[in-house]
Amino acid sequence: MKIFRFLLPALLFAVISLFLYKGLSQNPRDLPSALIGKPAPSFTLPVLGQESQQWSPTELAGKVWLLNVWGSWCAACQVEHPLLNDLAKTGTVPIIGLAWKDKPAASIAWLKRFGDPYQVVVSDIDGRAGIDWGVYGAPETFVVDKQGIIRFKHVGPITPELMQTKLMPLLRQLQTAS
Amino acid sequence: MTRLPINSPATRPVASTRSFAAALQAIAGARAFAVALLLCIALPAAAPALAQSGPYVAPGTTETLIKDPADKARYDKLAHELRCLVCQNQTLADSDASLAIDLRRQLESMIVDGRSDDEIKAYLVARYGDFVLYRPPMQSNTWLLWFGPFALLAIGIVIWFGLHRRRKPAGADGAGVAGVRTVTPRSTPEGGGATTAADLERVSKLLDRD
Repeated sequence: MKIFRFLLPALLFAVISLFLYKGLSQNPRDLPSALIGKPAPSFTLPVLGQESQQWSPTELAGKVWLLNVWGSWCAACQVEHPLLNDLAKTGTVPIIGLAWKDKPAASIAWLKRFGDPYQVVVSDIDGRAGIDWGVYGAPETFVVDKQGIIRFKHVGPITPELMQTKLMPLLRQLQTAS
Repeated sequence: MTRLPINSPATRPVASTRSFAAALQAIAGARAFAVALLLCIALPAAAPALAQSGPYVAPGTTETLIKDPADKARYDKLAHELRCLVCQNQTLADSDASLAIDLRRQLESMIVDGRSDDEIKAYLVARYGDFVLYRPPMQSNTWLLWFGPFALLAIGIVIWFGLHRRRKPAGADGAGVAGVRTVTPRSTPEGGGATTAADLERVSKLLDRD
């Protein structure tokens, strides 16, 4: 009984410590992705630089592809951009750019400056397609599989570690799957 | 304004080559530090020059399409119940973040389209998760959130009773055997029942008073 009286505060302390410790390593801005495992929302948006043309994800049906949400105003996008340039050079996967909440002229100038890894860039000037994809900041990157299902989402700049340990294996796995 | 560097050889004569080297090193260190400091100040200032200062907010009508007062009321209610995802402790109605402006516009056009409150909420939850709702829904993964405080209260009451029963010697109100009390001042199974019943009554009286 005496042991119980001594153990109880210790146990309480341990439980509270555990919760607080877990809280330390969690980023409240990382929201759970609601769209994973769901069909990629469709959109029809003008192609950057060729505004008379429209583009829609249906054009990549049956393929594994990457949607990268960025904007010329987004500093973190500059950080991840070289990785996307490298990925584009390997030709592993079509990368589609969603110029999110950006003026087309600014987007074009930015791509000239930092390189253009995108097969197509679509302009989402008023951010509606972004809302449809549950985007709440840039950059965000989605992986869509051959069936058009979103399989992965990353919020924030892609890191070399993420690219090597997660993104590349997933892309390969999805590409070999029927 | 002219100011000489404190550590420079010009102001402080150096006696030996060793201290001269040290002084040089100090200058180099200070200079590197100054450069780093300058970069820290200059870089964020230079960044807007490269691009726009923030996300572009498309011009267009916001909060002007709704004419019907009933729809306006719905809009206000929903905007106060939905969370701005960038500035997480603000509602859509409170926030000036550009995403909040976009989401308000989305909300507005969905109301104009005649979608119901539940449809609009379901649309946003499907995309942004339950977090977008300020009032968490009652579902299996929020049971802890909803019932946790009551569970803690129940546990607290149980512990309180447990401790209280143990501390009180058996037969304190004459029900127990006197001999037992002198030997070990602890509750016995026989005496415990009576004490607990009395305690329960006292507790319920205390609780009623508040």
